[in-house]
Amino acid sequence: MSIPPSLPMFIWFLSFFYRCLSTMVVPYPLLSVQPMRGLVDEKIQVVVRNLPPALSVTLHSLHRSEDNDFWEAFGHYTSNDQGMVTVAKDASLGGTYEGAEPMGLLWSMQPVPGSRTGLRLRRIDVLTPMVVHISVYSGHMTEGFSKQSPLAIVVTERWYMAPGVCRIDIREHGVQGTLFLPPGPGPFPGVLDMWGGGGGLVEYRSCLLASHGFVSMVLEYLSHNKNRNSDIESTTYFEKAFRIVQEHPLVMKDRVALFGLSLGASVALNLAAYSKDISPRCCVCISGCHIHRLNQSFRKVLNKDGYKIRFDEESRVVWRDISLPIPTDLGEKVDMGRIKCPLMLVVGEDDQNLATVESAKDMTQMMRAAGNEHLLTNLQYPDAGHLIEPPYTPHFRASNFILPQTRQKVMVLWGGYTKPHADAQEDFWEKSLSFLRQHLYPSPDSVPNAKL
Amino acid sequence: MNSVPVLTVKPWRALFDEKFHVVVRNLPPTQEVTLHSLHQSEDTDYWEAFGHYVSDAQGRVTVAKDESFGGTYEGVDPMGLLASMRPIPGSRTGLRFRIKEVHTPMVVHISVYRGHVSQGFREQVALASFVTERWYMAPGVRRVDITEGGVTGTLFLPPGPGPFPGVLDMWGGGGGLVEYRAALLASHGFAAMALMYLFPDAQKAATIGFHYIENAFRLLQDHPLVASDKIALLGTSFGASVALSLAVSETVKPICCVCISGSHVLTLKANQSIAESFKVMKEHVHKSRMDENNCIIWRDTLLPIPEDSDLKVDVGRITCPLLLVVGQDDTNWAAVESADDVSNMMERAGNSHLLTTLSYPGAGHLIEPPYGPHCRACTFVLQPGQQRVVVLWGGLTKPHAVAQEDSWKKILDFLQEHLCHSVKPHVYSRL
Repeated sequence: MSIPPSLPMFIWFLSFFYRCLSTMVVPYPLLSVQPMRGLVDEKIQVVVRNLPPALSVTLHSLHRSEDNDFWEAFGHYTSNDQGMVTVAKDASLGGTYEGAEPMGLLWSMQPVPGSRTGLRLRRIDVLTPMVVHISVYSGHMTEGFSKQSPLAIVVTERWYMAPGVCRIDIREHGVQGTLFLPPGPGPFPGVLDMWGGGGGLVEYRSCLLASHGFVSMVLEYLSHNKNRNSDIESTTYFEKAFRIVQEHPLVMKDRVALFGLSLGASVALNLAAYSKDISPRCCVCISGCHIHRLNQSFRKVLNKDGYKIRFDEESRVVWRDISLPIPTDLGEKVDMGRIKCPLMLVVGEDDQNLATVESAKDMTQMMRAAGNEHLLTNLQYPDAGHLIEPPYTPHFRASNFILPQTRQKVMVLWGGYTKPHADAQEDFWEKSLSFLRQHLYPSPDSVPNAKL
Repeated sequence: MNSVPVLTVKPWRALFDEKFHVVVRNLPPTQEVTLHSLHQSEDTDYWEAFGHYVSDAQGRVTVAKDESFGGTYEGVDPMGLLASMRPIPGSRTGLRFRIKEVHTPMVVHISVYRGHVSQGFREQVALASFVTERWYMAPGVRRVDITEGGVTGTLFLPPGPGPFPGVLDMWGGGGGLVEYRAALLASHGFAAMALMYLFPDAQKAATIGFHYIENAFRLLQDHPLVASDKIALLGTSFGASVALSLAVSETVKPICCVCISGSHVLTLKANQSIAESFKVMKEHVHKSRMDENNCIIWRDTLLPIPEDSDLKVDVGRITCPLLLVVGQDDTNWAAVESADDVSNMMERAGNSHLLTTLSYPGAGHLIEPPYGPHCRACTFVLQPGQQRVVVLWGGLTKPHAVAQEDSWKKILDFLQEHLCHSVKPHVYSRL
């Protein structure tokens, strides 16, 4: 074999030839999302393989809500030398989220351009999953996803209900709610779950709690039915509801907790402090205030100090000042010294709806003075807003809200910024589940339960 | 108050070939417990498995790491609660686990009982229980009935705009339309068509032959969502013989071929019907044996391997990569001997670089996607004619489960490597 006259030329030609060969081979991008069917609070692993190296791609998520609105998120990536993108480890260079964010494709979702305003994503049917399409597109795209064909798509399901969880309508002794039972012979600890001033019956959190082994009942106490009297003017209705959970054959009677958000948290505080009838084993109070007493008319509470309602630069209602200043008179707030069970308080420091930060500070001081501060766990999240919910669903700084008494539609500012609010939800949910397990599951020794 | 054990199974909802993690917490330390699985089949038979464990000092049992001291499986076996399932005592005999309805999952109840229990699970109250789902179809996979061009089959398409690489999936002599493997392949990104080519009606069966299989291949190729130049053949048992015959023909060009528990001694020549192809076995049927339980052993009907290459598929003419999967305890077909002879023939012809053989000690004939129950012998319906016999397939539960898990992973890697033109095949992560 003769030596080529010009060796460098030969080598150049050879490398050019192989470069051409590799670009002629068109790979099939392999997109995987694990798990394909997961619980809403479970992390997903999104990986793209078989790309050419150093290729710009966009990872995109799309969900069609029960109201037929479309929500999407996207991140810009560059494949590595092996032609891979690993969302959990690689940094998104732009999009609806940035940096290495394993769950960014879910929590940073927002309504697609052209959607109605003031949307809030809330699941109504918990028997079926939220379906999310995860796609990978060529290039760094920020719009027009529906007009372009993706390189690959995977469909993933996000469930509130684990297999075997049972849903039961509760209409008993005037109490209205929905009960969720975990699979198995029991007995299980119980939870009474209460939402806030929006009223109605919101099932998904209780369903998720049942998927984690708690019998959980979500309670309707602010009916959308104008003709129904408000149940919120005494502790009686709530005590009846608590006893329904407690007396269920699958529930451990002395292991029932209260779990409340916003006004529901205020109800929980009232029950824990004043009820002679029931004793919660522990309480989780999210974005609540101790200045709402159950011996007052709720209407009076809402209308009180109405002049303090503000509007921000986008005409959104800011309610937080109504609850300020925190009264010094003990008669105008829940007497925190009377609380005898472990209490977890969760607040977002950018809460624009209630003065929860100030309230938490005052509650802490009251408990310190009364000598029961050892019962208190405070979780406070910078730049998180009012609606601290189970993780990985979209955040919205403001949304439409129907006033329960007048049915008037307003746009309410809840507060929070997307990334810190998502972090807050992830952290709070894990900690509140641990808290519930620690206090509700009897264990053979005092070793705290590991994370499920 | 006594502790309340907490049982978790993750993922709650998985693909059939995905591993799961079973953990029990909150037990007293060094407590004897039994982990039990229960499934009610589509035929309403009950299948169960169980393992005996002892909790550690933290009151925990972790199936992936702890040893089972007895039950239907022993040792450290993360998937033993599925792979070692068997019909409960008192069940009908000769049962085989197969799912027909692939839109809904296999539902398995996992429970933990106090003590080392081996029977009477129904009469006891479990300490805790969990429900897990095992799916053949990933979300978004589409199922399409195929009835055109005289071809009967079911096509499963992954979600998305495509085009997708295709797989023609053929099962064995039991006939019918077996969909679950094609559904699972679609869940892994392939447009997979399960083909029915053995019909119960003898008259129809006589008309089905090589051209029918060819037509099915072309139908798959021509589907708008299938990449026409990226089709693989996958066959089990007689389906493997059909796949080999197709691969050596000049008329179709599969990119690669996977043959599980097949034999090149059964050929399907052009212009030949399936029934004619089976003649070889019929001529040697006198070589069938029965074991001590009157289960039929058919393996000798395909022995000895003929010297004359006219009597076998001429594998020297294969031009695409070929993956052979055989079980060394296959009592149904002489697949091991066939694989050896295939290797020799390809060596002589100079195309042995295309061949990969996976041979598994202790595995039987029915090497399927992993984590389903194994059956060493079960009822078989002969086609055509619908006569029921009990056939010995071979294999012992544990080594057969190992073979299924390992071979499925390698089959998927092989298909991805050749159909998806990967740059670095070793990049694919484990199932």
